[in-house]
Amino acid sequence: MTASGSRMSRRRFLGGTVAGAAAVAAPYVKTSHSAGRLSVGLWDHWVPGANEAMEKICLDWGAANNVEITLDFITSIGNKLLLTAQAESRAETGHDVYSVPLWMPSIFRDSLEPVDDLVAEIVSRHGPLVGVADYMAKFDGSWRAVPAPTGSLTLAMVSRLDFYREHAGIDLQTIFPAGERDPALVATWTYDRFLDAAGKLHGAGFSFGAPIAPGADSQGWLGQVFNAFGAVLVDAGGEIAVDSDETRAVLDYLARLTGFMPEAIYAWDDASNNRWLISGQGSTIINPPSAWAVARRDAPEVAAQVWHHDVPKGPAGRFRTSVPFFWGMWKFGQNKGAARALLVDLNERAVVETMLRASQGFDVPLTVSFRDSDVWETATPPAGVLHNYPVRGDEQVIVAGYPAPPAIASQIFTQAIMADLVARVTADGEAFDDAIGWAGDELAGFMRG
Amino acid sequence: MVAITATDAGTGGGSLRRLLRRRSTIAVLMCVPLLAVVLGLVAYPAVYSLFLSMLNKAETKFVGLDNFLFLFKRETFWMVVRQSILFALVAVLFKALIGFIAAHTINTIPAKGQRKWRGMMMVPWVIPAALSTLGWWWLFEPTYSAINWLLAEFAIPAVPWLSQTFWARFSVIVVNVWFGAPFFLIMYLAALKSIPEELYEAAAIDGANAWQRLVFVTLPMMRNIIAITVLFSIIVTFANFDIVRVLTQGGPRNSTHLFATYAFRLGIESGDIPLGAAVSLFMFPVLAVLAFVILRNVRRRIQAI
Repeated sequence: MTASGSRMSRRRFLGGTVAGAAAVAAPYVKTSHSAGRLSVGLWDHWVPGANEAMEKICLDWGAANNVEITLDFITSIGNKLLLTAQAESRAETGHDVYSVPLWMPSIFRDSLEPVDDLVAEIVSRHGPLVGVADYMAKFDGSWRAVPAPTGSLTLAMVSRLDFYREHAGIDLQTIFPAGERDPALVATWTYDRFLDAAGKLHGAGFSFGAPIAPGADSQGWLGQVFNAFGAVLVDAGGEIAVDSDETRAVLDYLARLTGFMPEAIYAWDDASNNRWLISGQGSTIINPPSAWAVARRDAPEVAAQVWHHDVPKGPAGRFRTSVPFFWGMWKFGQNKGAARALLVDLNERAVVETMLRASQGFDVPLTVSFRDSDVWETATPPAGVLHNYPVRGDEQVIVAGYPAPPAIASQIFTQAIMADLVARVTADGEAFDDAIGWAGDELAGFMRG
Repeated sequence: MVAITATDAGTGGGSLRRLLRRRSTIAVLMCVPLLAVVLGLVAYPAVYSLFLSMLNKAETKFVGLDNFLFLFKRETFWMVVRQSILFALVAVLFKALIGFIAAHTINTIPAKGQRKWRGMMMVPWVIPAALSTLGWWWLFEPTYSAINWLLAEFAIPAVPWLSQTFWARFSVIVVNVWFGAPFFLIMYLAALKSIPEELYEAAAIDGANAWQRLVFVTLPMMRNIIAITVLFSIIVTFANFDIVRVLTQGGPRNSTHLFATYAFRLGIESGDIPLGAAVSLFMFPVLAVLAFVILRNVRRRIQAI
């Protein structure tokens, strides 16, 4: 009972097993609008006001192109964005255009329309995309989604300037100024130096806080530490590589670092580190500027001392984790012509720039040339707080799970293998070899076809 | 009536009318909506999920029981099995115990004052679990737990409610017991009220004390309702999703995952729907046998009366 080459969909199952229950697709009725209707499912942005800006952009585009646009903003809280995508892809009905952040292009690669020509058009107009975009949305040589005009972010270090000066003797504004930086000074920002600072800050009552739990932030920051130590769970060729000296080195490092972190990190969610910083207890978190934005509103005295900057360098380099956002079109979409036009037109510089301002600098576009915006220069307080939020130096942008093939990396991410591996050692006191053995066993399970 | 029958005799309309007037026909027609619901919302999803669990990850090939055999080799899966059993048995035990004690206590209150107590005790059960669990999450919050704040007032060290395996399991069981005990309470209260007062009077005349009345009158009279509520609760507790999902997301280190949350992690979040379906179906045969045995015993007891 095989159906090689194509997925056994619910409809095929129904058709094959329930006589007389064949689904009758409702006929597509074109409205008075010459280019028809377009249903768009977008990610519900964290930053207040960003949705309204995106709604206006889409409706204006619809009015200009005689397309009747229907917009739904779907939250990622509780994985609702992913749940809705699963429901739509299986039912083969729903929105025409859909937000597919992070691993969703990989998860839904068989349900998304190839968009090679659209990406080529965007690149020809605006120049290349960041390297991680290929890794996340191009499979077997075919793009399955285009860069979203809003939502992409990176995980920078977000630190308290006053605590670092007073308790660790480090002036972060000197190392990472809001302007030209001295590479020699940046080179001193290593994981060893950070560990030393974390110890001093912990001693002063202001610990570094980052989750080691199932959430996305946890996989994000651990991914950059693992890569900085050269530790990969599965290599680019799909081979399990977790049993290595590099893995033992990163586990050893994290065992020491977690000694300077709150015990509760093993149950933290993606908002816990934000609260940790805003409460005034935290010296550093790893996050986009959402924590700073909330502090600016709720705890201005904290916000005035916050600085976004590069992550430390490890033996294998300096790696910044990103969360890329894409938009895709379902293969079963009803109005692919309008969808294709929307995907290209909303990748124009003016649209992305509008969204950069609406998101208060939260977004970091995937098109390299759009990163020359001054939105990060004008944010305040303190002056220059977001200058180093986009990558300015020698950081390599990755996604947690890199460099494993996306189909495997997505499972490493969603099943929190890195976090569990670390916690087995740092919280449960498991021997390195036992924890690595467990991880290897889990990873072997991801290889099944 | 006779004239109409004679007029219609020999016509197609008359046959149809006679058919529709048969009691068996009406019975079948009246059952159609229910049958449609059962077939559409129970039978079809069950067969479809069974079908899904027998496909490969890409859903392109029939692999029989391979997904189940694959799970048998996974350490994490067996941890989920152990946790689900622990969670269900401990939670049902305490729900039954608390429900039984609360039902007895309320039953001793004069009838006039019972209503408000019944109402108050039912509150946890009528609040949507996802919402009330959010309230519990605030109480157990990893860093700023309200309970720990109270403990600190009495110089008691903070408890890692959600960040250590033991306490995380304790927390999800406590919330499940809090949510589910009112169901046992209301069922046991109804059962207690159905026990004839004469039996207690006869026992009292025979000199039975309170404990003997409980053991030799109350419990035997409640055996069927206890069996059915325990069976129902075991099935529902094994299938619990929202409490773990909201409170711990299966953490720390997968130590609070249940079948439903682990199936969600594998099937929806990781995109491996067939494996997720296999996890969710794993307990089906066990629970089916349990249900068969308990319901057979209940039926035998009823027939013996």
